[in-house]
Amino acid sequence: MFISCDEAQHICDKAQYNEASSWEKFKLRLRYFWCRITKKYVNQNIKLTQAIDASKVTCLNTEEKQFLEQNLQQELKKQQE
Amino acid sequence: MPKHLINPNTWIDKYSDYLFNFTISRVNDREKAKDLVQDTFFAGLKSMKNFKGEASERTWLISILKRKIIDHYRKINSIKGQAEIRVEFNSDEDDDGSWLEKRVADPDYKTAEDNLVNDELGEAIYMCLSKLPKKQATVFRMKTIEGLETETICNDLNITPSNLWVIVHRARIAMAECMEKNWFK
Repeated sequence: MFISCDEAQHICDKAQYNEASSWEKFKLRLRYFWCRITKKYVNQNIKLTQAIDASKVTCLNTEEKQFLEQNLQQELKKQQE
Repeated sequence: MPKHLINPNTWIDKYSDYLFNFTISRVNDREKAKDLVQDTFFAGLKSMKNFKGEASERTWLISILKRKIIDHYRKINSIKGQAEIRVEFNSDEDDDGSWLEKRVADPDYKTAEDNLVNDELGEAIYMCLSKLPKKQATVFRMKTIEGLETETICNDLNITPSNLWVIVHRARIAMAECMEKNWFK
């Protein structure tokens, strides 16, 4: 039932991606009440998640990046010829 | 001596996500956004000789991209921003056939202020992301921005779930600190 600070932070990270179980969240909450370090980490982590969600940032996936990289390298070669 | 140097070999890693995010919020079309980012890199290569190093590479690339986006809208005759006109037949009216034109709100409509805040926040996030070590940035991007499953990332990058969570943890600490300095303060 009582978890370490490191374990609490790990559960908190998983919770940001909805991957923490209810039991893990319960243990995290318990520690959150009395541990200053856990409280600080949880608040900071939630703030980061909220900022990213609010920004609606998007990105290229790995294949799209590889495709761009290949094309750029080909173009670069052409320039150097 | 120029203040900033140019290195096209690092463009994809450093700027592709930032440029893509900037573009997609303006063109709302993933394929078009990718094309515009690629055109920007190609144009950058062609005009590399003109880079004086007074602005950063990123500022220089974004100025090229902005011109590309303007050209794109010129080409399609600026369809974006016009209200959608839906024509409906109104059978309740006595008139024999009253076709109504309804102005429908654009679901993607955002105010200039919303766009500005989102752009600035997105810029802060990508700036912080660019400061992370490459592996941390990749894992964080895949997990947090792309929203991929842990298993998928582990298979793609050939890492264990425990490795992934250690990397995510370190990345989140660095991101939170960077955002604290550059956005939340």
